[in-house]
Amino acid sequence: MAQPSTHPTPQGMPQQQPAIRTLTGAAIIWDVLERQGVEVVFGYPGGAIMPAYDALPGSTIRHVLVRHEQGAAHMADGYARASGRVGVCVATSGPGATNLVTGIANAMMDSIPMVAITGQVPSTLIGSDAFQETDFTGVTLPITKHNLLVTRCEDIMPAIKQAFYIASSGRPGPVVVDITKDAQNQSMQYEYDPSPVRLPGYRPERQPLPEELKEAVEMIMESKRPMIFCGHGVTEANATSLLLELVHKTDIPVALTLLGLGGFPAQHPRSLGMMGMHGEAWVNTAIQEADLIIALGMRFDDRVTGNLKTYAQNAKKIHVELDPAEINKNVKVDLPLLGDVRDILRQLVPHVGKVDCAEWVRHIEELKGDSAVRDIQDLPDSGQLFAAHVIHDLWRYTEGKALVVTDVGQHQMWEAQYYKHDHPRKLLTSGGAGTMGFALPAAMGARLACPKDEIWVIAGDGGFQMTAAELATCSQENIKVNVAIINNGFLGMVRQWQQFFYGGRYVATPIKSPDYVLLAQAHGLKGICVKSRSEVKAAVEQARANPETTLIDFRVAQEDSVYPMVPAGADLDAMIRRPKPEVKSAPHNPIFETGDDK
Amino acid sequence: MTAPDALTQHTFVAYVEDQPGVLNRIASLFRRRNFNIISLNVGRTHVPGISRMTVVVEADDDKAMRIEANLYKLVNVLSVEDITNQPNIVRDIALIKVKAPPEKRSEVLQLCQVFRARAVDVGPDALVVEITGTQDKIMGLLTILEPFGVLEMVQSGTVAMTRGAVGSAAKALTQDRPRIVA
Repeated sequence: MAQPSTHPTPQGMPQQQPAIRTLTGAAIIWDVLERQGVEVVFGYPGGAIMPAYDALPGSTIRHVLVRHEQGAAHMADGYARASGRVGVCVATSGPGATNLVTGIANAMMDSIPMVAITGQVPSTLIGSDAFQETDFTGVTLPITKHNLLVTRCEDIMPAIKQAFYIASSGRPGPVVVDITKDAQNQSMQYEYDPSPVRLPGYRPERQPLPEELKEAVEMIMESKRPMIFCGHGVTEANATSLLLELVHKTDIPVALTLLGLGGFPAQHPRSLGMMGMHGEAWVNTAIQEADLIIALGMRFDDRVTGNLKTYAQNAKKIHVELDPAEINKNVKVDLPLLGDVRDILRQLVPHVGKVDCAEWVRHIEELKGDSAVRDIQDLPDSGQLFAAHVIHDLWRYTEGKALVVTDVGQHQMWEAQYYKHDHPRKLLTSGGAGTMGFALPAAMGARLACPKDEIWVIAGDGGFQMTAAELATCSQENIKVNVAIINNGFLGMVRQWQQFFYGGRYVATPIKSPDYVLLAQAHGLKGICVKSRSEVKAAVEQARANPETTLIDFRVAQEDSVYPMVPAGADLDAMIRRPKPEVKSAPHNPIFETGDDK
Repeated sequence: MTAPDALTQHTFVAYVEDQPGVLNRIASLFRRRNFNIISLNVGRTHVPGISRMTVVVEADDDKAMRIEANLYKLVNVLSVEDITNQPNIVRDIALIKVKAPPEKRSEVLQLCQVFRARAVDVGPDALVVEITGTQDKIMGLLTILEPFGVLEMVQSGTVAMTRGAVGSAAKALTQDRPRIVA
């Protein structure tokens, strides 16, 4: 986590009030949140959380009223991903709380620090099937790092403090604090206890043994075909600069997971790009040939490994990981190093030197010839707008510096392939859970975390419609993000699977969109429709200049597919490649077709 | 040690905070990770506020390691130890209600004596027999009693403890015990 040491102490709130005050549980909620450094919460009121909302005006915390609680959870998630701090969402009991569930599960899968505060029916009614009663700690038990049910006013402060500590320490994750209405209504003599949280059964820190580190150094120095895997843990541990040092000293090339993108600069000469199902062909081929894998803060997801029986059989594996339960879960490793990626790199880097792998690096460079580059070059230059064009142009016009939030599906993979992220926390995407509808609300959360960043949502026409209601929140709360809808009229990734694996039967994948320009206007926002490559630049510039959220409806080729592709469960190097076009109509690379390209 | 891939029964001892919902968290973890529980027992310990669990699970050694790691991730779990490969004492308790009309009573009691089981209730036509021991021993008695007519049976989950000095889970409990907030 970003700042594990800072959060248990109050963030220097000016103490005007006397130390001991009589406060309601509702007021205590906001006081404790303020003292955790919370500036904004995303939420939606309702019966069981009304006392808390009634006490909100006395707080310095900004509240963003969402249109659906799923949006609140994704906003808190996006806020956390962009800032490294804990994101907070608030909902009422019953349906309000259950609407958070997708967002909480999403945060759990990607290890995002988040605290969800929910109202609960009065403690006297618990278990009676009262109006809007849901057993929310029961519902969220398998999708939270921890959860707490609070039925007494005096337990609110310790519960929220614990929630922040657990959410942000060790391997981060979401924590639910479910607070009954009577606990919010009770009053008590309250004094904030600034002492650090200590939980006897919770030990988030780990340290590898010195002999294990020594063994790791030996394995690295003896390797001939080594690769470093950069996972989400590199970003979560703020370990990018140490990873750069490691690569500068050893010269080992780096492959990245989807959530690892940005953890190592994409334009670094030793950056290979993304691995896995839609990873670069040369990366997947190299993984199968490598003799050493140094996996940093990643969990060998099935989308990364393909068939486990044939995965990286030639490689010894060093697994640097904070969570012991990830060791040997999917891939059997030779040397686990348990601990924070940054701590471990700090101890490793001084002891490594240049690794004799020049031949290997040259070999990987050669593999690039037969690669995703070819996939783009073979895009027929038919005057059609391709998603790859849009994303490549966005990368150029934003100079690669935008904070991009992607949804889930084809556009997400194209973004990962064609937008080169050189800095951590500049690509926010739903990786483990693959939650459609994530992008717009997560980008809105990121906006509040990073007021100065240029923020782009890249979403498909399917996912965007799932949470498009949050456009009204953008309008009401003056939240400005730019939205690029990669509109192909299909649920594209499912359509691609239908094309490849289900005999081309497009069942329930053609999807109609509203007129996005009118939709934007209806919300008091701006909308632009782009149908050809030549219109991209002006539209992007206009969106950047507009003070309000601007939607661009990019009408891209309808039946384009993401290449290369490792079918689920297939060997990692058994990739489906883009078919060669029969007529070679584009001798030049169509992705560099405009005049001002360099 | 067993072969790495062999499915065997692993016995875990876990100390947990005695709080509402802890058993649910543990059961949910096993269900979610697809770990098959053979037996689970929870009870209070001599330390106030702390319960001890004995969990028997079918797992190979790798899976057993992950079970231990996953148990540790639960905030209310204080310490865990896989005692499978250590000298240990494993016990179940069973109550067996067996048909025993007066003419059969002494025969039943004699057989029980062989198993060091004892009668804890005598009715006109039935006896309740209490037996403590390993699964094998209990099943042995059950087989012997079956011809007389077993009317009811209840069995506790397995409880277990390592032999000799303090086990590592118990040791972890006494070392460095920070105070509990809340």
